[in-house]
Amino acid sequence: MFESLSEKLGGILDRLTRRGALSEADVDAALREVRRALLEADVALEVVHSFIDEVRKHAVGATVIKSVTPGQMVVKIVHDQLIAMLGASADPINLDAPAPVAVMMVGLQGSGKTTTTAKLARRLSQQMRRKVLMASLDVRRPAAMEQLAVLGRQVEVDTLPIVEGQQPPQIARRALEAGRLGGYDVVLLDTAGRTTLDDAMMAEAAEIKAAANPHEILLVADSLTGQDAVNLARAFDQRVGLTGIVLTRVDGDGRGGAALSMRAVTGKPIKLIGTGEKMDALEDFHPQRIADRILGMGDIISLVEKAAATIDAEHAMRVAEKMRKGAFDLSDLRSQLAQMQSMGGMAGLMGMMPGMAKMKSQLASANLDERVLKRQMAIIDSMTPKERRVPDLLKASRKKRIAAGSGTKPEDINRLLKMHRQMADMMKAMGGAKRGPMAGLAQMMGFGGGAPSPEDMAKLAQQMPGGIPGSPPGTLPPGFPGASGLPPTMPGMPAKFPGMPGLGGRPPGLGSLPGFGKKK
Amino acid sequence: MNDKPDDKRNWWQRLKGGLARTSASIGGALTDLVSKRKLDAAMLDEIEEVLIRADLGVDVAHRIAAAVGKDRYDKAISSDEVKAVVAAEVEKVMAPVAKPLEIGTDKPFVVLVVGVNGSGKTTTIGKLASKLRAEGRAVMLAAGDTFRAAAIEQLKIWGQRVGAPVIAREAGSDSAGLAFDAVQAAKAQGTDVLLIDTAGRLQNRAELMDELTKVVRVIKKVEPSAPHAVLLVLDATVGQNALSQVEVFTRIAGVTGLVMTKLDGTARGGILVAIAAKFGLPVHFVGVGEGVDDLEPFTAKDFARAIAGIDG
Repeated sequence: MFESLSEKLGGILDRLTRRGALSEADVDAALREVRRALLEADVALEVVHSFIDEVRKHAVGATVIKSVTPGQMVVKIVHDQLIAMLGASADPINLDAPAPVAVMMVGLQGSGKTTTTAKLARRLSQQMRRKVLMASLDVRRPAAMEQLAVLGRQVEVDTLPIVEGQQPPQIARRALEAGRLGGYDVVLLDTAGRTTLDDAMMAEAAEIKAAANPHEILLVADSLTGQDAVNLARAFDQRVGLTGIVLTRVDGDGRGGAALSMRAVTGKPIKLIGTGEKMDALEDFHPQRIADRILGMGDIISLVEKAAATIDAEHAMRVAEKMRKGAFDLSDLRSQLAQMQSMGGMAGLMGMMPGMAKMKSQLASANLDERVLKRQMAIIDSMTPKERRVPDLLKASRKKRIAAGSGTKPEDINRLLKMHRQMADMMKAMGGAKRGPMAGLAQMMGFGGGAPSPEDMAKLAQQMPGGIPGSPPGTLPPGFPGASGLPPTMPGMPAKFPGMPGLGGRPPGLGSLPGFGKKK
Repeated sequence: MNDKPDDKRNWWQRLKGGLARTSASIGGALTDLVSKRKLDAAMLDEIEEVLIRADLGVDVAHRIAAAVGKDRYDKAISSDEVKAVVAAEVEKVMAPVAKPLEIGTDKPFVVLVVGVNGSGKTTTIGKLASKLRAEGRAVMLAAGDTFRAAAIEQLKIWGQRVGAPVIAREAGSDSAGLAFDAVQAAKAQGTDVLLIDTAGRLQNRAELMDELTKVVRVIKKVEPSAPHAVLLVLDATVGQNALSQVEVFTRIAGVTGLVMTKLDGTARGGILVAIAAKFGLPVHFVGVGEGVDDLEPFTAKDFARAIAGIDG
């Protein structure tokens, strides 16, 4: 959701970093553009004002003017300020109270409360092994209670049986009673959507709070919200008293200004973000990573975590071994494509990589989306096993057959073959490399690596935040695999995924990764 | 100009009810900033910021503020005058797009309702069906949101309330197939208006938008002239992202008009002005509450006055 903002800021700050010395006027001009970018990202006006003031206070002064690279200094200040605004550290759901712990969900109509309740229930029961009970307190919207019941069955979490004619505070009491008797750890209360102007409904929310004494009161808010975000966050906080915020529809292409606004005016942490329609699409919110992403610095940690979770390490090793020998065939290519797809496709991956936000839009215009991956896999699926092993067999008549089988054209097959050939060549070249950036690359590709251990991940997490912010946004670390030739030689793209598990796999691991951590 | 017909005052009252706090804050801000001052650059900046706070967006807010400043620069001006000028400028943008949803002569007249998740599609269909029933039309509903849990039940309840048959399949089934069935059933039963619900989808999700393309394609298979109207439902709280929603949904599904819901909150829905300036799409209705009758035709003048904070 933050890509557009990140592109905008990236452009503005890019220009700034290229300058030598900066005058106050330079900083002012840049900040005017920052203001505009933030407003277009739906950051609330009052928040923009205080943000700009804060940045100016730090930026205009001896430190910047005298520093060797004033532009970078400003970038760093904007970055630090974004993090300060988003909250310094991740702040997960707190269940530290005697069971059953009540968690109450509030928000406007249509913000995603019921879906989020079910996602949260699933997360608590499956990942944290809690016994969870959900109860719908929405007696207003037709079929709202049924919706939660259906979702409860989907995520295998119990829901409070529906009793017609009960009022929300009554239901809340009944839910907690059932929680006590049934030995539940957590009781999630999904309330009806309400506008903050509806005094009766806001009073009802307060009553529910009094009846259930919830340990967490979460405001569920749409990340596409405009300037009203401040009003609603403030109103709910004043009337009900929030403990945190859950942002939904973060997978949309909104610019996420609401996140900044609501955090800033309430001081309440954003605890979770909803990132898709599926029941497992709920993630912890990491301010540091989002701030990096806003500035076009990518979200490498998320990427690595995702890769580690998705990629079958053993399989990756086998592929890596094959690559080293230059025996990378089309079946291997197919499994690479499938892995990319399961990691969220190219768009998802690119968004997480430093400096890739710009390329992502180019990619979009080049129409390199999920459909391409799917089509390429279909082509390979239409080949015989022998053809997959020995692509040289493919002459015109076979190509025609494959094209017919996969619903593509012979040109598409040629393109795929060319891409495969380039990848295979590149891999062979890397297999022999011992020193220089290529050696690090080889390591990244999984040569000799295993899946990253939790310790390595932690180390990575520690190193990243310190290392990256200083580097100019939009600059790709040299040797970042495949990236240099990206849009024109797209074929190189998948090459960098096979070995993700190798990332940081062999100590010192990270240090030898080209461009990460050490580069300025 | 001053004597509005009854139903219009009704609309005005409702919208004012909904926009009450908003208007107060906008009006208040405008009053504060112009009570005893000359119209200067600083004041224009403040006007611009008031409009930005109403979600009009940086460009449109700037343009309207500039229009307010034109010919009046450096002259003393009262707060009421400023509000009137702001309202007039907003109305100028909105007047061409304030058009009612006209039910044509095609039978069935097929209306497809689209939008992102949670914008209020199903509720809008319920309210719209009630309106059309009150006009004496035979209405049929199609529960095309086969994805969200209990969306079908929600529409069925609306169908019972307003007395309209509901075409539905089990949850998780193909929404294009359902649309096909619904158009055929509406044809067979001589229905006047068929309202087709769809699952909420974010406009940047290619696979979901493809599904919508398919729904439209399948509808055309049964009735080449359909859908006769495609309504995009926007939530009043939405910010600048609405521009992208309008653009993509129009490209994919051929949106013919807009409905803005949830104007009964503190959100101002000013994004409509930016949308009107950029796309010129008709705005048919506004939703101003949860009641079955809380769907009203959109009128530019009332909306503009509400944005500017003019009372009564």
